[in-house]
Amino acid sequence: MIEVRDLHKSFGSVRAVDGVSFVAADGQITGLLGPNGAGKTTTLRMLYTLMQPARGQVLVDGVDAALDPLRVRRALGVLPDARGLYKRLTARENIGYFAALHGMQPAAAAARIDALVATLDMGEFIERRTEGFSQGQRLKTAIARALVHAPRNIVLDEPTNGLDVLATRNLRQFLLDLRAKGHCVLLSTHIMQEVAALCDRVVIIARGRVVAEGTPQQLREQAGEAQLEEAFMRLIGSDAGSLA
Amino acid sequence: MNGTRTVWAKELRESLRDRRVLINALLIGPLLGPLIFVLLMRTLVGRELQRAEQALPVVVIGAEHAPNLMLALRQAGLTELPAISEPEAAVRSQRVDLVLRIPESFAASWREGQPAQVDLIYDASRREVSARAQRLRGMLENYSRRVATMRLVVRGLSPALQAPLLISERDQATAQSRGAMLFGVLPYMLVLTTFLGGMFLAIDATAGERERQSLEPLLVNPVPRWQVLAGKVLASATFCFISVALSLGAFALAGALLPTERMGVSVDLGPRFVFVVLVVMVPLVLLIAILQTLVAAMARSFREAQTHLGILQLIPIIPSALLAFLPFKQQLWMYAVPLLSQQLAILRLLRGEPVTWLQAALSIVTTLIAAAVAFHVARRLYGSERLAVSA
Repeated sequence: MIEVRDLHKSFGSVRAVDGVSFVAADGQITGLLGPNGAGKTTTLRMLYTLMQPARGQVLVDGVDAALDPLRVRRALGVLPDARGLYKRLTARENIGYFAALHGMQPAAAAARIDALVATLDMGEFIERRTEGFSQGQRLKTAIARALVHAPRNIVLDEPTNGLDVLATRNLRQFLLDLRAKGHCVLLSTHIMQEVAALCDRVVIIARGRVVAEGTPQQLREQAGEAQLEEAFMRLIGSDAGSLA
Repeated sequence: MNGTRTVWAKELRESLRDRRVLINALLIGPLLGPLIFVLLMRTLVGRELQRAEQALPVVVIGAEHAPNLMLALRQAGLTELPAISEPEAAVRSQRVDLVLRIPESFAASWREGQPAQVDLIYDASRREVSARAQRLRGMLENYSRRVATMRLVVRGLSPALQAPLLISERDQATAQSRGAMLFGVLPYMLVLTTFLGGMFLAIDATAGERERQSLEPLLVNPVPRWQVLAGKVLASATFCFISVALSLGAFALAGALLPTERMGVSVDLGPRFVFVVLVVMVPLVLLIAILQTLVAAMARSFREAQTHLGILQLIPIIPSALLAFLPFKQQLWMYAVPLLSQQLAILRLLRGEPVTWLQAALSIVTTLIAAAVAFHVARRLYGSERLAVSA
């Protein structure tokens, strides 16, 4: 479970995150929805301890990220916005590197990687160097790398960016499977369909603040719109929406 | 420390698969210096030796006016080329290099015991020719001294009158210290090789990693950042060290390939020399690897890092240039200055003088302190938020 309480972060005079709070529960997919520049990535970066919040608190499975960042990182599987691979290493070596950084023994890591290869259907390219991989192959490798230590909580920043329809469908199915196994899944996106297709709960962020929160159905009712996209536009305010 | 070892192993594995790194760090860096050095020395020495033994071709005008002089010159190695007209013009247009002109008045002056004139016509701005003119001048002066001595003896005077001052040069240079002069570029070459050896890896592991967007995922792993940094520094240091070791080996080989005996110098680049130099270089290798990682980590892109490191690379030239152009005496405090102390120690070893324990310890300790300070700065930089975030 991930709990975020009243996070603040500024860059110079720009208030990137200005009081964000939400809870992402186990066995649910929580969506962080907002236009570009709303503060989603910054919120997530504070969550996975890459940045320090100016104010506020992050709790992962009850552990305070400010007090024990290493334990929080161990409890998280993170697919950041930046997801570069090492192109002179094979996909297996890329994933194995992160397994070793998590302190996994080689045998345990190999077994876990084989399981991920089966789940994510990576058999075709797992032994190849990642130079020249397609977007889909790269994303699968990056996800396997993020999940190699079998974390309870999974954070994905714009996971479907740059994927084709088929790869997007496969990814959604994968995330639904994780939810079925009781994982806590938190993803950020600016795509409405993604939220509608996946999320149990939605947190809408605009200008660094949470402007609405609830199930997709609740949000539609709250805005008095039948379509989620219209509801989204109304909730974030039109000028921020035009930037999206 | 497991994190450090994991990062170190991965950086090495990745770099060993990169042909650019291998060629730069393990081939061009360590071997180019010694290779150029050997080629240069062989050509220089070979030419010097040849020149002394070779015949000296000279155009002679008016040889018939001084048959005895010509006989003496021929014995000293002069080869007579046929006379030409207008020698000055010929020399100026470089058709002819060196002309000796004996005027008609030579025989008359000679008989009367007056100074008899000979003309040397050459172009002193041409280095090649200037050296040969010098040699011809030497031959003429020799002959002149010999005749003067005979004339004094014939008049019943002591030849000692001719030389009120006797200069005796007692050069205390040993064959080894002459060798040190010759190998004086070696310390600088070794330091430069250290820079080249680790440079690419330092950039690739920091600025390169950020540019390729893999730094952020890396830092999300449960490993303290200073351990990640240490792994990268050690990987870079490993390459630096291998480069230096290869370069030293190549120089040792170069010492064996050069005709040092015939040059009257001796250089001992044996196992003992290599071992002591490596021990003295290890702290410097660490310091350089840390500085490179620090500077590269500050850069926003691979290209910017390359520019910064290019400037950093100029720093070791300062002590080298000081050592080469300012003939100051070695003093103990100099061994407390990183970069300078290593070069001094290597020069001492080359001269066949031992490096004392105090000097070695001072050099190692001060360089390690500098490395620790640099690591601390790098660690703080690496901990900053801006570093992790890909642009």
